Amino acid sequence: MLAKRIIPCLDIKDGQTVKGIHFEGIKAVGDPVELAKWYSEEGADELVLLDITATQEARKTTKELVKRIASEINIPFTIGGGISTVEDAAILLAHGADKVSINSSAIKNPGLINLLATRFGSQFVVVAIDARQENGQWAVKSAGGRIDTDKELFSWAKEAEERGAGEILFTSMDHDGTKGGFANEALRRLHDILTIPVIASGGAGCQEDFVDTFVEGKADAALAASIFHYKEVAIPDLKSYLKQNNVPVRTL
Amino acid sequence: MKIAIIKYNGGNIFSVQETLKRLGTETIVTDHYEQICSADRVIFPGVGQAKSAMDYLREHQLDKIIPQLQQPVLGICLGLQLMCQHSEEGDIKGLGIFDTHVKRFIPQDSETKVPHMGWNQLNFSNDGVWKTQFEQEYLYFVHSYYAELCNSTFASCHYANNFSAMLKKENFWAMQFHPEKSGKVGSIMLNQFLNQTP
Repeated sequence: MLAKRIIPCLDIKDGQTVKGIHFEGIKAVGDPVELAKWYSEEGADELVLLDITATQEARKTTKELVKRIASEINIPFTIGGGISTVEDAAILLAHGADKVSINSSAIKNPGLINLLATRFGSQFVVVAIDARQENGQWAVKSAGGRIDTDKELFSWAKEAEERGAGEILFTSMDHDGTKGGFANEALRRLHDILTIPVIASGGAGCQEDFVDTFVEGKADAALAASIFHYKEVAIPDLKSYLKQNNVPVRTL
Repeated sequence: MKIAIIKYNGGNIFSVQETLKRLGTETIVTDHYEQICSADRVIFPGVGQAKSAMDYLREHQLDKIIPQLQQPVLGICLGLQLMCQHSEEGDIKGLGIFDTHVKRFIPQDSETKVPHMGWNQLNFSNDGVWKTQFEQEYLYFVHSYYAELCNSTFASCHYANNFSAMLKKENFWAMQFHPEKSGKVGSIMLNQFLNQTP
């Protein structure tokens, strides 16, 4: 049976791991390669690296970092941040990335999803969506949540799927950083309307939150950062807990 | 031991190469006839689109060379699919090493998402070392097309339906999952392939 995936997320800035609380107040956590290796040995099923480096110049270090991570770990990883062309993605693929995640660049240029899917296959393309509830609607935001868009979560996720996305990474900005659980109602709706897998993100605070997002939210994978980085939840414990609650997971 | 990784526009070769390096082998990425033929083991990797991959193989005559190889050959993911008779992806004729067809997953319900992405378990067709060692283990899959069960099915996996997760016929091996992305278990499997006595 296909296992539900646990995915630690590493925010990377200038080659270092950081974690944003509500996308602000960044605090350094450690060396990404060491952290990636540690997670892989702990039983993480996949990793997501989000590059929040601001300048193109500094971003050159990112592709070296991708290469080092690909040499050190043998589980799949996704790299996101600053990918706006097929060439950007091709370089990351050549340096060992398994998937790329696009967010603001897909909002700006939805055709990029088609281009990437045609060139590299759908399995390579993760469309990340940040959204929050406004006037009874899930409003999609770009640029790390700072900029309003004219898009609504469900129709945008469906459009991304139709354009060739292989996976949707949905972050609820209302839940992110709160540690009060994932946005399970919205996740459930995404599950019902999409034929591609959905990664739940934003709100993980304890082990029960993961059971809820897999059972109620029907998520295919769950992503979290700070609770793993600060060792509030250990992956081996989380996996045993999920297993006890009849959620299929891979244990080492 | 010299390993040739067949070069074509099939995607992530880097990870396969790094994993093989960690296993202590010497690897070369090549589309040259002599280099492929003289290698001790041949890896036919691939993530990508079947039609453009097959076109590349034809242009480089690799479609003729690969089925003639005598040493152990391992196809991975798209590599496995191209070693079959036919693929629905782009409606292409494959290398015909395995007598089976490649089809697209049809979701039976909203629980079955396509691609089949993530960690899943194998069921081995016959008793033996592989079954004892790997029957309950999880391997990493990512694919939208699958090879149907056939006489060469060495291990199957269930997702939407049963499909060939591993194929084996004479010196030809193939894995639909990515051993290079399947943690320690995947590395042990690769090592077992490398160290087999033909």
